[in-house]
Amino acid sequence: MSRILQPQTASREQKAETPFVRYLLSLLALAIIGLFLILPLVAVLFEAFREGWQAYLTAVTDRYTRHAILLTLFTALICVPLNTLFGIAAAWCIARFQFPGRSLLTTLIDLPFSVSPVIAGLVFILIFGAQGWFGGWFAANGFPVIFALPGIVLATMFVTLPFVARELIPLMQAQGAEQEEAAIMLGAGPWRMFWTITLPRIKWGLLYGVILCNARAMGEFGAVSVVSGHIRGSTNTLPLHVEILYNEYQFSAAFAVATLLAGLAIVTLIAKSIVEWRQQRQWENASS
Amino acid sequence: MGKLTSWAFASALGLFALSATSFAQAEDIELLNASYDPTRELYQAYDPLFSKWYKQQTGDDVTVEQSHGGSGSQARSVIDGLPADVATLALGYDIDAIADRTGKIPEDWQSAFPHNSAPYTSTIVFLVRKGNPKNIQDWDDLTKDGIEVITPNPKTSGGARWNFLAAWIYVLKQQMGDLGKLDDPRYADEVSAAKAAAEKFVGDLYRHVPVLDSGARGATNTFVQRGIGDVLLAWENEAFLATEELGEGQFDIVVPSVSILAEPPVAVVEGNVRKKGEAAEKAAHAYLEHLYSPEAQALAAANYYRPVNPESAAKEDLARFPDLELHTVNEVFGSWRKAQETYFNDGGVFDKIYQP
Amino acid sequence: MSQRKTLLPGFGLSLGITVFTLSLLVLIPLLALVTKSAELSLGGMWDALADRRVLAAFRVSFSTAFAAAFANVFLGLIVAWVLVRYPLPFKRGFDALIDLPFALPTAVAGIVLTTLYAPNGWLGQFFTDWGIRVAFTPLGIIVALIFIGLPFVGRTVEPVLQELDRQQEEASTSLGASRWQTFYRVLLPPLVPAILTGFSLAFARGLGEYGSVIFIAGNMPMRSEIVPLLIVTKLEQYDYAGATVIALASLVVAFIMLLVVNGLQHWTRKRTGRD
Repeated sequence: MSRILQPQTASREQKAETPFVRYLLSLLALAIIGLFLILPLVAVLFEAFREGWQAYLTAVTDRYTRHAILLTLFTALICVPLNTLFGIAAAWCIARFQFPGRSLLTTLIDLPFSVSPVIAGLVFILIFGAQGWFGGWFAANGFPVIFALPGIVLATMFVTLPFVARELIPLMQAQGAEQEEAAIMLGAGPWRMFWTITLPRIKWGLLYGVILCNARAMGEFGAVSVVSGHIRGSTNTLPLHVEILYNEYQFSAAFAVATLLAGLAIVTLIAKSIVEWRQQRQWENASS
Repeated sequence: MGKLTSWAFASALGLFALSATSFAQAEDIELLNASYDPTRELYQAYDPLFSKWYKQQTGDDVTVEQSHGGSGSQARSVIDGLPADVATLALGYDIDAIADRTGKIPEDWQSAFPHNSAPYTSTIVFLVRKGNPKNIQDWDDLTKDGIEVITPNPKTSGGARWNFLAAWIYVLKQQMGDLGKLDDPRYADEVSAAKAAAEKFVGDLYRHVPVLDSGARGATNTFVQRGIGDVLLAWENEAFLATEELGEGQFDIVVPSVSILAEPPVAVVEGNVRKKGEAAEKAAHAYLEHLYSPEAQALAAANYYRPVNPESAAKEDLARFPDLELHTVNEVFGSWRKAQETYFNDGGVFDKIYQP
Repeated sequence: MSQRKTLLPGFGLSLGITVFTLSLLVLIPLLALVTKSAELSLGGMWDALADRRVLAAFRVSFSTAFAAAFANVFLGLIVAWVLVRYPLPFKRGFDALIDLPFALPTAVAGIVLTTLYAPNGWLGQFFTDWGIRVAFTPLGIIVALIFIGLPFVGRTVEPVLQELDRQQEEASTSLGASRWQTFYRVLLPPLVPAILTGFSLAFARGLGEYGSVIFIAGNMPMRSEIVPLLIVTKLEQYDYAGATVIALASLVVAFIMLLVVNGLQHWTRKRTGRD
């Protein structure tokens, strides 16, 4: 999922199918992209501005919207660095060392990808809910987990856990360990090796993972919905706020807030394209 | 990692400590009201009204936070530890569930406030498209060929359970004429025949439902926004909201001959509010008591709920509520617990409807 | 991959962090799931799963996730093929857009897709004219899952497509094979592992998807009720054990899918000789 188009040389593109097939396939591809990707984006914008600029501005600057934005940012601010750290550590031990249980570990890292977000929320209720294992203890000690920030952070971390690791593992495997071993042999300390050799070589792949991780952290709905408690102005993240507005029949406002998330998605895509382009060169260097 | 986690932990703790100190000053009280979906507008209006009144009375500042969702899911949240101080839900069973599972609400909560702790009531009516093109007049018309009925899933939605039971009551009433026969052993045969007819009718009714949303709000959206269905079974207050604010002039309300008296109850979650201290406890009780005050009752009527003390409500608000024959859950089904067990629990009557 | 002893530092620390985090966030939660389900006897678990409505939900989830993943094989292949091989204006922009479903929150996707495909929606009205209902039927679930899963096949096929050996293709053409034969015999076989991987990823994701589906599904028991919704429904009836049994069952399926995916990727790497 990490590499993109290489620039094709024009001469080669001409050889393949008959023009008719080519146009047909191109049209089909454009139709798929248009129908499934562009149209939904246009619909969000259209619905958001249906009642005009003024209504849009009121909706996105509303007190509760502002709070939801802050909470979403704050959650991402905690989750993304922690998951970045986890991703680097996991990639380091999996890509650089051989040990028993390595492939099991890889599978476990991937697991949150295919676990239903609802289940992700449910498990934390089972552990930290008032009827759960530790919930009573945490609540009694004045540190509620579920229906408070820690629960939202935990659920978000669970869902976004694989993103950075999944980007880094194949990249670091492809790069091989020679340069790092050379650095160690030449007497560099572990940190020096990491900062001067490892990090510069993985930085674009890392950034790519971080960007995706961040987008998912800010946009997660299912898991957070189970543990949030939906307290207005307190535990409502942006995606939950969209749903609440929708349920209050404030459709334009709901879509207006959704444009913030769609905007985030577009910024993510742009950032990702730039990073991909740089990363592409890193891959080429890695394989050459 | 260690450093970062402890930093995150410390900052989260710091935040919490900050908010904890603000609780400690007795005159700054924060309450959390866990409510169901259709009361959003009502409590949005009531909360500032109460805060102002309470400030005048006691000098304390009360801020009420709201949490809305499906009634069952809100009860589940409170059971799992949502620190709600008051619960204002769609039906008694959900408050019973909190009482049973956590002990945070006393078992006799229903006698804590007047009128079975239901400060406002509502009923179930039909919302149809403008001009009533399918000519739907009463429950019988819902199961005619080609009619599509929108109602949410009774498993997840409180409002949907009221819908289900209202339809049930209608058939019993049709079959027996007098609901007093229900508890009379002399009419046992007639009662069981009526119940069989009711089961058949309600089963038929749900076969006319094309979309089963998980909550009342979702069902209204499906009917109003998506244009699906010929008739929406709705809370009376939701139906008014839809006709007067959502799609003005696009819908008509049809009042059936018989319906159910829906009593959405309120209760203080004693186990939660006690931890916040005496001032908060007092405020939480006052918050619910004040719902019965003339100004709050007028507000309820303005928000399309039927006030239990109608004297102070505006005449034109009251005039909107049609007269119809209403029966309560306790009268027909004994209690919410019994109704829940018989009709909505797994393996109950509702589940049978979808058995092939 | 080198088998010799490595000089590199940090194995203990990095493995420690990895195992610690995984235990905290993945293993302990899973353990909670298992112990909670164990509150039911084996017979009770069986009853909870063998319930008609639960079985129907599994059937709906599996069939729609399968149909969507299957459709995505073709859609993803076409899009990847065109983006890799043909000149197209705004190519880079379109390529970036493929990842939109990853980045757009699922609830927003659900609301928007419902708006588009409802009988009175932008697209839904045309379908209604032909007598097809999309939103609020299993077809609506498939549409949502196609949206969610579109990037998976496209993104796994794209890099393989780029690295295909053009000489074989040209040789095949010069030996007189038709374009279709060349595609079928020369181009497709090396793509198959990537397609399978993309298919499995899309399928696994589709099985668990909740946010976007509930808005568009119609949620009719036995017909368009998905497994995650059933878990939520059980929860709201305070049936925690029942909810966890269903959750566990779908988790086991997801885990098996993942093992298959990882096995496939291993196989892919071996066959294409990349690692």
